Amino acid sequence: MDYSQFGAMLPELIILGIFLVVFLFDTFSGERAKKALTPLTVILFGLGTVAIWLIPSCDMEVFGGMYVDSPACKAIKAILNIGVFIVFLQSAKWAESDEVAIRKGEFYELILVTLFGMYLMVSARHFLLFVIGLESASLPLAALVAFNKKHYESHEAAVKYILTAVFSSAVLLMGLSFVYAFSGGSLYFYDISRNIVSGEGSGLLAIALAFVIAGIGFKLSLVPFHLWTADVYQGAPTAITSYLSVISKGSAAFAFFVIFAQAFGTVYSDMWEWMMYAVIIATITVGNLFAIRQKNMKRFMAFSSISQAGYIMLGIFAGGIGLASMMYYILVYIVSNLAVFAVISAVENKTGKVGMDDYDGLHKTNPWLSFAMTLAMFSLAGIPPFAGFFSKILIFTSVTSTGSMALYMLVLIALINTIISLYYYLLVVKAIWIKPGEAKVEAFRSAAGERAALWICVAGIVFFGIVPYLYEYCVKAVEGGL
Amino acid sequence: MGITLPILILALPFAMFLILGLGGVKMSRKLAGVLGILANGCLLVMSYIVAFTYFFSGDSEFILDGVRQQVQLYDVTWLAFTERLVVNIGFILDPISAMMLIVITTISFMVHLYSWGYMEHEPGFQRYYAFLALFTFSMLGLVVATNIFQMYIFWELVGVSSYLLIGFFYKLPSAVSASKKAFIVTRFADLGMLIGILVLSYYTPTFNFLELTHNPGAVMASTGGATFMGASVLTWAMVLIFTGGMGKSAMMPLHIWLPDAMEGPTPVSALIHAATMVVAGVYLVARMFPLYLEVEASLLFITCVGAITAFYAAVVACCQIDIKRILAFSTISQIAFMMVSLGVARPELHDGMGYMASMFHLFTHAMFKALLFLGAGALIHAVHSNNYTSMGGLRKYMPITHWTFLIGCLAIAGIWPFSGFFSKDEMLAAMYANNALWGVWMTMVAGLTAFYMFRMYFLVFWWEENPHYKEHKPHDAPWQMSVPLIILAAVSCVAGFIPFGEFVTWNRLPYHIHIDWVGVAIPSLVIAACAIALAAWLYMKKNTKPAAMKNAFPVLWQAANRRFYWDEIYMFVTHKIIFNGICRGIAWFDRHVIDGTMDGLASMTQFFSLKIRGMQSGSVQTYVIWYFIGAVLLAAITWICLL
Repeated sequence: MDYSQFGAMLPELIILGIFLVVFLFDTFSGERAKKALTPLTVILFGLGTVAIWLIPSCDMEVFGGMYVDSPACKAIKAILNIGVFIVFLQSAKWAESDEVAIRKGEFYELILVTLFGMYLMVSARHFLLFVIGLESASLPLAALVAFNKKHYESHEAAVKYILTAVFSSAVLLMGLSFVYAFSGGSLYFYDISRNIVSGEGSGLLAIALAFVIAGIGFKLSLVPFHLWTADVYQGAPTAITSYLSVISKGSAAFAFFVIFAQAFGTVYSDMWEWMMYAVIIATITVGNLFAIRQKNMKRFMAFSSISQAGYIMLGIFAGGIGLASMMYYILVYIVSNLAVFAVISAVENKTGKVGMDDYDGLHKTNPWLSFAMTLAMFSLAGIPPFAGFFSKILIFTSVTSTGSMALYMLVLIALINTIISLYYYLLVVKAIWIKPGEAKVEAFRSAAGERAALWICVAGIVFFGIVPYLYEYCVKAVEGGL
Repeated sequence: MGITLPILILALPFAMFLILGLGGVKMSRKLAGVLGILANGCLLVMSYIVAFTYFFSGDSEFILDGVRQQVQLYDVTWLAFTERLVVNIGFILDPISAMMLIVITTISFMVHLYSWGYMEHEPGFQRYYAFLALFTFSMLGLVVATNIFQMYIFWELVGVSSYLLIGFFYKLPSAVSASKKAFIVTRFADLGMLIGILVLSYYTPTFNFLELTHNPGAVMASTGGATFMGASVLTWAMVLIFTGGMGKSAMMPLHIWLPDAMEGPTPVSALIHAATMVVAGVYLVARMFPLYLEVEASLLFITCVGAITAFYAAVVACCQIDIKRILAFSTISQIAFMMVSLGVARPELHDGMGYMASMFHLFTHAMFKALLFLGAGALIHAVHSNNYTSMGGLRKYMPITHWTFLIGCLAIAGIWPFSGFFSKDEMLAAMYANNALWGVWMTMVAGLTAFYMFRMYFLVFWWEENPHYKEHKPHDAPWQMSVPLIILAAVSCVAGFIPFGEFVTWNRLPYHIHIDWVGVAIPSLVIAACAIALAAWLYMKKNTKPAAMKNAFPVLWQAANRRFYWDEIYMFVTHKIIFNGICRGIAWFDRHVIDGTMDGLASMTQFFSLKIRGMQSGSVQTYVIWYFIGAVLLAAITWICLL
């Protein structure tokens, strides 16, 4: 075995390294030293993020083509890392709370392990490695969802999550076994794309593809594989919800693109184009329709994130430029969504309130939080000049640039849904600024970590759109190779 | 040249806008003022370094074989919508942008300093400085734009900052309506400009000025001879783009906002509505001049608009009472002068001297008009009224203001050796070279200019002392206000001797100015002297001649005083015709069809939202069943469709 091949897995090794340091420190440090665990993790992870941004991709295949380190993979890993960094910052306060402090090491370790799994999903070019990545990103998440030991909802959410996750894995593996049959006994993406053809007996292929879409669609919470989302988002601790809603989704979306472009690219137009067409329309619309009626902020954000996942997946129709827009969308979505969750968790940590009504008149007591929340809502709704507007317009133009009439219709439907989403995003803004009456949340000063996270997010919302560098970064990464 | 200074030139005023705008509330007035002035001082120094390096370093980057180069110091892609629709943001350095850097930062600095005294007791002092910084930023961005889209963006930004500053005293209803009027009228004009830009970019794949102007023939060719209503599309595009310039530079019939814009603080009028923003239209035409040359019809259009506006504004200025309005109309008239001069410029006529003269006049006019406005501000500061009827005989009380104001008047009247003489002489020479009609017409306007300026001067500083002075003795302004006056007056005395043709010409080759004493200079000097003498005869000592003249032609006086009823015409057209006639139908359509669609969408959304609620039951068995049904359905439908 040639160990030098591990050199190509530098991002994974960095995460693994951080994990080991955190794990060893957590296990062997005394009571007093444990106080340093949170800052240590945040700093280490920050350094790791910077390192992953800065080191160039070595652009090679290793382990017989199972694993690939390409510029696009490295870019998405760097983008995900920013999100995880913000999650760590905003959850620092929660991790130090009485109930969690004793187990906070586990929180960081589990997150790092799942991140490692997602990295594998992103870089896998063989279904075996992909499934390993998927599972190692999935199972620890169930433990994380159940992290609030003493809360009934947390357990319920975890049970629902693990049951549906197991079921979806089964469906995915079933689908993969069909794919295995088609590809002549290989699970390499490259072999599959060579051997798979539509035509005779393609009914089986339709089942295979539908099951693969279902299996990965579960992680992305595409409709109708989304039903777990709302309960799990609501029951899980807010830090986990924010992690689930952005990082888990971002990595799954990228992996989805890679699988369908590389393994099933040859049967795009006659098989899965229409499958994804239907699924995306359902996802955007159903997510929106449910979001309108929600009263709980976390549940509300669950449906919002379902709808947003539909927008992210639009990029799948547009090839390379679609992937670039998708990555940019993920980045913008990370900062916008995490800004919302930072506010939610700040309010929740202080007062335990998560209802939308509790935000009535928030601007009177907490103007800065209100300001950040408003910007985030504007960005999620796609109001210029915030980043969300640019990410939406770029993903729409990437789809329309294909010139297909059906896809124009798809963009039109997405646009109509944007109008609907404007309504419910602005409901939050209305509650904060316009609803009369006394504020239900007293004035408080957020924790340093939450403030830092919010500053990063707000800066991202304001500048990511105006500054062209990041989109070009994504385009260059995609041009550099998948 | 590196890109640090050019980036800082744009970044510094923007940063000041943010700092003063966000943090101003917590700062003391003094800190905000000092900060604003210091930052602007730094900006002034940096701009001078850039501009002087460009003009005098002799670096081959900037001047090659005697030709000044157009350099893009940076030009980065900002938004790339499609292959053709790419918007860049950059910094161009060429003779006119370097000259504008000097003009903008000089006047801006003077105004910053002056405002420290003038605005001292006004509430919202910090906000005022924040807006000034925003304006400076936008105006600088406009002149250094490397492409027409960037220019358009900053064009709108100067519009916004002008709106904010005109409406600065937002508690006065007149200021609010003036700011709205300015914004709506210029915005309306900008619509034409946007259409022009879109037409141009539809045929040529670039927004970049250098690519457009270095080979105008290719631009013409790329339209493929397409015509619209008898004129080539390029003519349409250039005329439409010029519409934006007409709005910003207050050309007829879009001039109506500028007199009202005098509701803003006086230093703002000096900066925005006299020296910098209102010449943006002239700058726009100069920037795209080679393209305008390609379609001579558009140049003729510019000349006609300018000539009519110049005369109209000069006549109206003779019959105004408010001194700021007089100056406003004088500004309109002088900008129209520059427009005519650009319009008559042709390469074969004295190497395109009209272009050089127009830019020269832009430069000198900025200095002496800012001086006159700041002087007017000092007068208003002293007597607390805008009308000359509350003034009179002020020369004894306010010597500094008096002398500097006199220099400004002499400069605008075109008396040797003040700066206005030189630039106006070059402009008139260019007009005579094109067609004697323009020359005679504009010489007449120049005579009117001298008359109305000295009418104001005599009525303010001579005539008769106002009895109110006994209770409230007027005095010269504090040093922050006097120093800018003195500096600008000094500049107005000597600026004429700058060999401007060495720096700014249309083909960027040096041009040696020589004054045509017999043909142009002496006749126009004589006319100006006669006009001044007439003004002195009528207004120097209190007498009944002006009143008698007014009573002899009451209708004419009234019409000129009411600006020939342009505002009334606009009110009639907008309220009676557009609002009542056209808008009713549109409103009905909006309420019933568009709102109806939206309401339908909303109720449909609500309906479905209720219907599908059962899907989210909370029981995990249902979830899995839906999941499985979904997956199987997806496969089944695809399978059926394939069969």
